[in-house]
Amino acid sequence: MLEVRDLWKAFGGFQAVSGVTLTVPAGSISAIIGPNGAGKTTLFNLITGHLTPDRGRVLLKGREVNGIAPHDLCRLGMGRSFQRTNIFPRLSVFQNVQAAFLSHRGRGWNLVTRVDRLYRDETVAILAAVGLLDRADDVSGFLSHGGQKQLELGIALALEPEILLLDEPTAGMSAAETREAIALIERLARERRLTLLFTEHDMGVVFSIAHHITVLHQGRVIADGSPDDVRRDPGVRRVYLGEIR
Amino acid sequence: MRLRRLPWPLVVLVAAFFVPALGSRFYTFVANDVAIWALFATSLNLMVGYTGLVSFGHAAYFGIGAYTTGLLMKKAGVSFLLAFPAAGLLAGAFALVFGFFCVRLTRIYFAMLTLAFAQIVWAICFKWNEVTGGEQGMPEIPYPSFDWMEGLAAVVPLVGGYRTSEYFYFLTLVLVAACLWLLHRIVDSPFGRMLTAIRENAERAEFIGINVRRYELAAFVLAGGFAGLAGGLFGIFNRGVFPDFVYWTKSSEVLIMTLLGGMGSFHGPSLGALVLILLNQQIVSYTEYWPLVLGTILVVLLFGFPGGLAGAAGALWTRAAGRFRRA
Amino acid sequence: MLDPSFLFAQSLSGLTAAMFLFLIASGLSLVFGVLRVLNFAHGTFYMLGAYSAYQIVLWIGPGPGTFWVAALGAALGIAVLGGLIERLLFRHLYGKEELYHLLFTYALVLILSDAAKILWGTQQKSVSRPPGLAGAFTLFGVTVPYYNLFILLLGPAIALGFWFMLQRTRVGRFIRAAALDRETLGTLGVNVSGLYTGVFVLASFLGGLGGALVTPVRTIVPGMDTEIIVEAFVVVVIGGLGSFWGTFLGALIYGQVLSFGILLFPRFSIFSVFALMAAVLILRPWGLLGRPLK
Repeated sequence: MLEVRDLWKAFGGFQAVSGVTLTVPAGSISAIIGPNGAGKTTLFNLITGHLTPDRGRVLLKGREVNGIAPHDLCRLGMGRSFQRTNIFPRLSVFQNVQAAFLSHRGRGWNLVTRVDRLYRDETVAILAAVGLLDRADDVSGFLSHGGQKQLELGIALALEPEILLLDEPTAGMSAAETREAIALIERLARERRLTLLFTEHDMGVVFSIAHHITVLHQGRVIADGSPDDVRRDPGVRRVYLGEIR
Repeated sequence: MRLRRLPWPLVVLVAAFFVPALGSRFYTFVANDVAIWALFATSLNLMVGYTGLVSFGHAAYFGIGAYTTGLLMKKAGVSFLLAFPAAGLLAGAFALVFGFFCVRLTRIYFAMLTLAFAQIVWAICFKWNEVTGGEQGMPEIPYPSFDWMEGLAAVVPLVGGYRTSEYFYFLTLVLVAACLWLLHRIVDSPFGRMLTAIRENAERAEFIGINVRRYELAAFVLAGGFAGLAGGLFGIFNRGVFPDFVYWTKSSEVLIMTLLGGMGSFHGPSLGALVLILLNQQIVSYTEYWPLVLGTILVVLLFGFPGGLAGAAGALWTRAAGRFRRA
Repeated sequence: MLDPSFLFAQSLSGLTAAMFLFLIASGLSLVFGVLRVLNFAHGTFYMLGAYSAYQIVLWIGPGPGTFWVAALGAALGIAVLGGLIERLLFRHLYGKEELYHLLFTYALVLILSDAAKILWGTQQKSVSRPPGLAGAFTLFGVTVPYYNLFILLLGPAIALGFWFMLQRTRVGRFIRAAALDRETLGTLGVNVSGLYTGVFVLASFLGGLGGALVTPVRTIVPGMDTEIIVEAFVVVVIGGLGSFWGTFLGALIYGQVLSFGILLFPRFSIFSVFALMAAVLILRPWGLLGRPLK
């Protein structure tokens, strides 16, 4: 589904990502982990077209996507969520998801139809799936942190992606919220046959759902494989001393 | 609360048709002024309020529209029927060219570039004596002909016997109402929703597949076009077109109107135009220091009522309604 | 046809205009660099500086030192005014949308310029050149008033002094840090609130000083504020918003484009200036010597 080949990116003199290569097979759940500053978010932004790599290629379904604008990437089936919660704060919860439908189905240039009746059922279905149906008419900026994360997921799902990239989906959540969020993500990925790639700092989360883990340290891949392989890797144990038991 | 159910815009429109019946030329004059500025301010709000683009040069498109109808009707003798749409089209065309560059910039740079383009237009209007009349402007723009109305009056009762300025007022009402209705459809359409999404979060908007720049440009062109139509009417109403229509202080005036009425609601800018013009008329009869009063109002507004009059009224309404329900 | 002494005269007058503009635009650029606010009222501070200088000259009466006392007094008065406005009003808008900043400073334009009308009327006012600099000398066939020479020397002197302040003093370091990255400023242990007031005061001082010094060569009229502020915008945009030497360069370019624009297209010199501003914004939005904002 997604291939990253020998990606490099420097900011000024700081080498943020150095020669990262990884493959995400269709239908898999893959994770990128690493300590703070390992380059996870940079790598993410390189994949999603937010940043342009200095060198290297990103292939989506075999097609090179370097330099493609985010709005076009979205049409090619790549959805993403953000580490810092990223919604349309003064729109209602319903309108947030509906906007994604309007855009994705190419209705954005319609200047005459009344908007409120469009994609009602589809939007309601998504809100039900992410557990926000009873909050549909609330102003989304007033949702709790966890609620906004659920909404972000809803927006991403409305774009009917084949691969979904989630940047730290449980950042800032309590242990209970994290458990719920992960259960939700796993269920949605299964039901909708999504390919999932996410970054995470919470090790418990990663080892519970990922099929495949890539470990990043100082911009380089230091280990890559199944959760068991990664758990046993001595290099990883050194980097994460005390974090993995 | 039945009052809320009334089609208020329609009520206001119908009421506006009876202003000349009050018998004062002055009232008609003020009402005409308000109608045109309402359209101008609402067109700006499509950018500022709905798309989140702060333009400091919106007067450029108003002025282009005014000069277009002025030149066509005065110098070329073209009928209003053609000169009016031409104002919107030409202003829209300029907005397309200028906007193409502006939407590439963000925030303060966007505002500065809109200002720069507006000042270019102003400099041309100010100095190109042969065409625009330069500093002296272009006085004596003719009214459209209303002879056909007199003809119609022979058949239909009640439509005849008005002064030309009053006929023009009716024409303004019809055209402004039509434009506002169109703008309302636009902000209520999927396109309008895309614009609000961009205002709320342009980065996220890109990631739901919105080509942000293209939408911003479309909003820019539409806003410019409608401002041009307002300008086309204003030149005739004002019986002349002058370079200060385009000067940057005009752009701030219309921004203030929009803010005063409330950027968060569709009718806010029209309300702002109404209040500001009525206030102006009242205050200039007491003192020549209108800018001082306006500046003070603006400061109070910025610190006390950032939602504008529409926002403040909405809050009051909710509170009153709450008390009513509790009682 | 193009007489060299005429060209020299044009270039000299452009240079003089540039030095005045630099005085005014440097304050505008300073406030933008640190507070990220475009201050429309800066032009009005300039106008008030001019009126205050006129008023002080009137009070003291003619004398050898009158003009200099007036200029300094006017600049100090405007500095105090700027400080009060920042302390009492403006700081409550920090953290709000840019539109609010712009409109607030525009409200100041409306209020202060009307206040000036109330105090000084709408008649033109003028101030004569200080006695010591009343004469003129001839250079390459061009008559140069001593006062213009003084301005030509004062501009670079102020630029250098300013630059020295930015490079060598603690406050200067903070100002430079703020222009680069506002977020980290608080973590450096800087009294941010005090810095903002200080910057506003300094900028107002420069604006007021510019206005006071311009009085011997230009008449004081209502409306001189809205005119100068767009010119100052052009200058800071060309040089780069928030860039110090950029402002200096922008002022030089503006002065030359304006005075030679008059030669080439007599009627459209003002057009060429705004066209230059638009071109810079399109090709290099952060200006010739500025750097892109994060």
